[in-house]
This record gives sequence, C-alpha cells and structure tokens, in this order.
Amino acid sequence: MYVFLGLGSAIALFPIYWMVLTALKPIDEIFIYPPTFLPSRLAFENFVEAWTSAPFGRYFINSIIITGLTTASHVAIACLTAYAFVALRFPGRDVIFLAFLGTMMIPSVVTLVPTFVLIKKLNWIDTYRGLVIPHMVSVFGIFLLRQFFLTIPKDYEDAARIDGCGRFGILWRMYIPLAKPAIAALAIFSFYHVWNEFFWPLVITSIDEMRTLSVGLRYFIDESAVDWELVMAGATMVVGPVLLAFFVAQRQFVRGITMTGLKA
Amino acid sequence: MVNTQLARANSSTLSERMSLSLAEMSLAQLRRKKMKEACTGYLYLLPSITILICFWFFPAFYAFVISFYRWDFMNPVKTFVGLGNYVSLVTSAEFWRVMLNTVYYMFGSIPTAMFLALILALALNERIKFLAFFRASIFAPVISCIIAMSAVWLWMYDPVNGLLNYLLQLVGGRPMQWLSDTQTAMPALIIMDIWKHTGYDMIIYLAGIQSIPESYYEASKIDGAGRWHRFRYITWPLLAPTTLFILIISVIRRFQVFSMVHTMTQGGPAGATDVIVYYLYEKAFQDFQMGYAFSISYILFIVILAATLIQWKVGAKRVHYAR
Repeated sequence: MYVFLGLGSAIALFPIYWMVLTALKPIDEIFIYPPTFLPSRLAFENFVEAWTSAPFGRYFINSIIITGLTTASHVAIACLTAYAFVALRFPGRDVIFLAFLGTMMIPSVVTLVPTFVLIKKLNWIDTYRGLVIPHMVSVFGIFLLRQFFLTIPKDYEDAARIDGCGRFGILWRMYIPLAKPAIAALAIFSFYHVWNEFFWPLVITSIDEMRTLSVGLRYFIDESAVDWELVMAGATMVVGPVLLAFFVAQRQFVRGITMTGLKA
Repeated sequence: MVNTQLARANSSTLSERMSLSLAEMSLAQLRRKKMKEACTGYLYLLPSITILICFWFFPAFYAFVISFYRWDFMNPVKTFVGLGNYVSLVTSAEFWRVMLNTVYYMFGSIPTAMFLALILALALNERIKFLAFFRASIFAPVISCIIAMSAVWLWMYDPVNGLLNYLLQLVGGRPMQWLSDTQTAMPALIIMDIWKHTGYDMIIYLAGIQSIPESYYEASKIDGAGRWHRFRYITWPLLAPTTLFILIISVIRRFQVFSMVHTMTQGGPAGATDVIVYYLYEKAFQDFQMGYAFSISYILFIVILAATLIQWKVGAKRVHYAR
C-alpha cells in the first residue's frame, strides 16, 4: 500500500521537481549526459534572467487583478442570486433558474468565439473590462450556494424578519455566515480556475502589457525556445505561488474540490 | 404564511367578523409586501441576468444565426448560405480527422485515468500515515497551471536531451521522437493528460468511497467476505453514481482539450494531434472564418450534449440496477 502510494506520489511530483531542478541548474549542467538529479550549486541567476527577459512582473499584476476581481464577483453575485432563488418569491423564478442551469449545459468554447466578436465590437480587446466582465458570473457558483442556502431553515429567516431585519441584512448577517464553507469552496475553485485560465486571455489580448501569467508564459516558451533553464524558471514562477498556497491550505482545497466536484 | 392568513380571512366566523376589516387591510398590505418581495427578487437577480444575457445568451444566439452565413471576419459582408457551413463541415475529411483524433485522445486517457484514480482512492481510504501528504502530492498536478506543466513535459519529451529518452535508454529501450513523430505524438499527450488529471478523479472517488456507510462493511466482515468480495459487491456497485459522474465530466473536458495542444504540438506533426477545439481555434483566430467557426461550435455543442445524454441514459439504468 505504502509502496504503491509512494510510487504514485513520486510520479505525480517528479515533473514538478524536474521543473524546479532545471530552473536552478547552472547553464552548463542542463545538457550534460547522464543528467544529474541535484545541481552542483543553486543558480538563482536563471530566475533573474527570466524575470528580466519578459515582463513577468506585469503578468503577475494582471493575473492578480483579473483573478481578484473575477473571484470577488463570482462570490458576490452568487450570494445575491442564490439568495433570491431560495428566499424570495417572484413570478418566473423557476423558469429563470432553469435558464441559468441551461447555460451550464453549454461548454464554454461554444460561446467563446461569438463573445470574442462582441468584445471586439465593443473595443474591449486588451482591456481589463474585456478580460473580466464576460466571466463575472459563475452559474455553477450560484447553483452551489443555492443548494447550501436551501439547507438553512426558513424559521431563521422568519424570526429575523419579525425582529425587523431587512432582506439584505438577512443575507449579510445570516445566510453568508452560515454558508461560509460553501463560499470558501467557491472562492478557492474560482481562484485557481481563473488564475490558470488560458483560452480567453489568449484570444482577448494582443499586447504584452495585458497578458496574464499563463499567456505570457506561453509566449515566453516560444521566445526562449531551447533555453530550458529560462523556460523552467518562468514556469516555476507561475506555478510556485499556487503550489505553495495549495500545500499550506491543502485541506481547504480538497474540501473545496470535493464540494465543487459536481461541476459539469 | 400567505395561505393561512387568507384562510383565516375567508372563514369569517361570528367571532372573527370583528377583525374582518383588519384582515382586509392586511390583505392589501400583503399584496404590497408581495410586490415589494418580487421587486427585491428581480433587483438581486439583475447583475447575474444582465451579464448572462449580454455574454452568454446573446453570443450563443448570434453564433447560431451567423452559422448560416459565410463570414470572413476581416470582411463586413455576410452571405447567407443556409446549411452550407454545416454541410461543408461534415463532408470535409479534415473535420472527421480532428474528431477521430479527439476520440482517440478520450479513449486513451479517460479509462486509464479513472482506473488509476480508483485504485489510488481505495489505497488512500485505508487508515494510513501521511494520508494528507499522499493526497496532496497526487493532486498537485491538477492545480498546477497547464501551460507551465506543458513546458515541463515538452522539456522531458525533448528527443535529444529530454529526461524520458535517458530513462528509456537506461532500461534498454530505444530513444523515441515523442512529439515529433506522428505515431507517438498523441500517446505522449495522453500520458501527460493522465498525469495531470488522475488526481482530480481520485479526489472525487475518495469522496464517494467515504460516503459509503461503514455498517455495510461491518456486516460483510461478519459474513467473512474478503477484500476483493467487499470491493466487488459493496464498494463498486455503490460507487456507480460516482463513476458515472466522473465519466461524464471527463468526456466533456477531454472534448475541449486545447491548452496542451496549443503549447506542445500546435496540432502537429502532420495534424496527428489536431483536436476539435484546436481546429475551431485555427478556423476562428487564424483563418478568421467566423461563420464556419460558429458551425463548428454548434456541432461541438450537439456532440457533447448527445454524448452526455447517452452516458446518462445508459448509465442511469446500470446505476439503478446496481442499487
């Protein structure tokens, strides 16, 4: 059992180790035969060179802004929408909910090209607006929070109403605190999905200053061609923060993935 | 609440007649309250509805309409061609080739990834030390940026200096061309896909296994069932909904494989790894044949929907039977 799991872990981690190792090898040790599995010294200059040969600082800022805004709006909008679907009664509620669910059946690549055409018409290419606004709603997040809100007893809400609490007050002071685990799961899920998103930022950016980390790295791979120590240094910079966050908060991550596992 | 108050207002017995006017007042009030509640509801839905209409429903509808036109993005003229785009799509050898490649990719990656994920999840479910470490390690590839990971595999697959050829020679194998050979390019992508996604399936399987009540196993232990029997007659049947779920989302995801292909092979060599979404990307963003690209989008949508429904129909029967 341990041998099997150990082998699985080793295979899963090895490419990541190989990436960091190559990034830290002095340049003359990259192509030697047989390859070495520990560097003779830690060559941090690779990182400096990678960092200065492409605007990785700018990519980082872009990724942070886009991921931050998108994740925040996923959570905020999902809270409002899910609350309306669960606690409020209004004509057409169920039909609207079905229409929302219907969008989950359509794979995102189907609407990607027409949305690109729309963004082009709006002149939003190479803007944060174009990168963020079309993806501000996570229907899956709405669905997740709705399922969670449904488990909150209706009596709580009635009691709060009698005490003179307004609708927003109820959502803010009662539903949101009670749904914290689901909201955390949604935030984690949105964070790593948006952070790793590639297709949309690829087609919606044409200038280097607006590229995100994944798109910037993609072009960096082509530009640095066979300078593997630079490519690996770039890759390490992109993956590093997420991996660190993951290993520190892996319990929350795993719980989030399990809870959000029903994403179709 | 509304119903009980209405009922009370209707059944105006003698004793309640006194409060009838009061009830009428509260009826008017109720109506106003209902109005207010509806307004609040729409207000709360406003942000999500606006965004979805502008950036989901409208583009989807627009794409559907334009898929009946010939439209080069650089040229404002759109010519109505009816089903022309669809006909030329399904009659082109290229389309079938990329579809076949996509299916090859799915059949190569999904069963192996799911099988490995199930075994790993079963092993993790035993009471073992370092569980969190093993689980996190196997899951690490899933959360790692696909472009960075593609770069690493590109480097490991390097025919001259790559690590994999070195390891192959170490065990007496012949070095391979990997991504530059039409025979091995797709298997190379499949190997990386399995490495990248097994952790996800494993986590879902693990959650499924852990939701099986312990009492089932205790009962079978009393009956003297061995490990294999317990798996065969308890775990596996009860995991059927989990298996079906993983299968469905695996198919949906693998249909849309793109980033890896874009980074590692660009559909080559000689189109050996050209998959449907990469083909769509080429048509839309390199050839700018938007009408044609929209028809690919819709065919893709229909194919994914059909695949999902078939699995769901066939699977639901099996799942039901297993229970």
